[in-house]
Amino acid sequence: MITFEAVAKRYRNGREALSNISLHLAPGEMVFLTGRSGAGKSTVLKLIALLERPTRGRVTVGGENTGKMPAWHVPAFRRRIGVVFQDHRLLVDRPVFDNVALPLIVADSSLKEIDKRVRAALDQVGLRGSERVLPAELSVGEQQRVGIARAIVSRPPILIADEPTGNLDPQLASEVMALFRRLNEVGVTVLVATHDLQLVRESGLRSIVIENGRIAGSEADGALPIIEAHR
Amino acid sequence: MSGPSSYFARHAQALLSSAGHLARAPIATTFTVVVMGLALALPLGLDVLVRGAREATHDFSGAVSISVYLKAGVAEARANQLARTARERPAVATVELITATQALAQFRAQSGFGDALDALEGNPLPHVLVVTPRQASANPAAMETLRQYLAAWPEVDAVQLDGDWVTRFNAMLALLRQALLVSAGLLAIGVVAVVGNTIRLEIQNRRAEIEVTKLVGGTNGFVRRPFLYTGALYGLLGGLTAWLVVVVTLALLNPAIARLAHTYGSSFTLAGPGVRDLGILLGGGALLGWIGSWLAAARHLARIEPGAG
Repeated sequence: MITFEAVAKRYRNGREALSNISLHLAPGEMVFLTGRSGAGKSTVLKLIALLERPTRGRVTVGGENTGKMPAWHVPAFRRRIGVVFQDHRLLVDRPVFDNVALPLIVADSSLKEIDKRVRAALDQVGLRGSERVLPAELSVGEQQRVGIARAIVSRPPILIADEPTGNLDPQLASEVMALFRRLNEVGVTVLVATHDLQLVRESGLRSIVIENGRIAGSEADGALPIIEAHR
Repeated sequence: MSGPSSYFARHAQALLSSAGHLARAPIATTFTVVVMGLALALPLGLDVLVRGAREATHDFSGAVSISVYLKAGVAEARANQLARTARERPAVATVELITATQALAQFRAQSGFGDALDALEGNPLPHVLVVTPRQASANPAAMETLRQYLAAWPEVDAVQLDGDWVTRFNAMLALLRQALLVSAGLLAIGVVAVVGNTIRLEIQNRRAEIEVTKLVGGTNGFVRRPFLYTGALYGLLGGLTAWLVVVVTLALLNPAIARLAHTYGSSFTLAGPGVRDLGILLGGGALLGWIGSWLAAARHLARIEPGAG
């Protein structure tokens, strides 16, 4: 589903965020991406969502080589990927319903379909009844759940999340991870970038550790590479 | 997933969203609309002036006449006959015969040279036909045709066109018309620039929203849509403002124009812009606003791409 082959990314300021990274996520797999701040986790996610393009190497998502994708095809490509950000990226002047409905609106879904799916997504994140509330009136945890509802509302085959539990207390973090697990169980490929090693250990899922733009290790079943376990 | 009703619903939503944005910033919206309104009012006002002047020219067509001086020695009876012949021309409205005797009497009464005239052996003045054309023929081409016809009579000594000033006036109107077209073109560019700049600022203010929309798969076309409606609404309101500006200005000026015209024996006043003018202003304004916003959106939206932070 997602493949990186010898991928490097150098930003315009000269900083090399990734060096020769290769990784693979099978369809329907759920994987954690861990590493220190600035290690390159977010850059991996940006490359998957085509927010950036690789400087070298090849990124394939859903069978499509993103490096060669024409600009006109990018919006349709992005509609197949749900993205959750640590800072939520909500439209502060729009109510929860409008925020969650945005991916369906840009996809030109019918009003009936939008209504049905938004309510279902809010149900999944436990925010049913908050449709008319503005994001500023919600707690940080609730805002994060609105962001998750927006990411899953169009039922994308791929879900990527950048520190989705960074602002949440342990219980909420567990609930969010349980939600990701449920989505993964119905076939969604999930990649979660996180600092939270406890979460990774508890998950029993594969993790990939990135250090200084390189893969430092990859372990199955929630076991962490030594470099991470001793951090 | 989508159908025509959904398509129209999206556009209606974009339109309402744009109207909402304008309403939420009433001062900024008013300034932009007033600037556009004044820019559009200038060519409209000039057009009203030119049309009024043309109308005035038609009123003055009665003052256009041809003086036909007959040769000395042509009998008064023959002069009367020529006057009747002239009246039969379709282009002629009236023909007045001023006989040599009448002309001398007028000259004597008005010039103050009565004693000097008494010293003359005979009347040196000729009979004169004053030919006034019909309104439809009071144009330079028809007048010239009529002049040539009258000058060809053997009894005629000279023909004088008394309406040259109308020809000059028409030339001035044509010049004014050209100036109107040029100024309208320049001001249209100005309107496009004003809307373009306003939309550019709007795009910068809504950068976060644009980034999120693109992040979830919004195309440039989708993101551009509300800005296009905003530009069109600016143009529409600007057109309406221009119409009101001209109507109010004319309402203020017309009493003075009527008083001035009255001193020339005319009942002329400037006719205000009509419904057709309003339609052209609204349609043209909306189109200019659309063009301005499209140019700004095409230039600036493509540069905004979401980053993951």
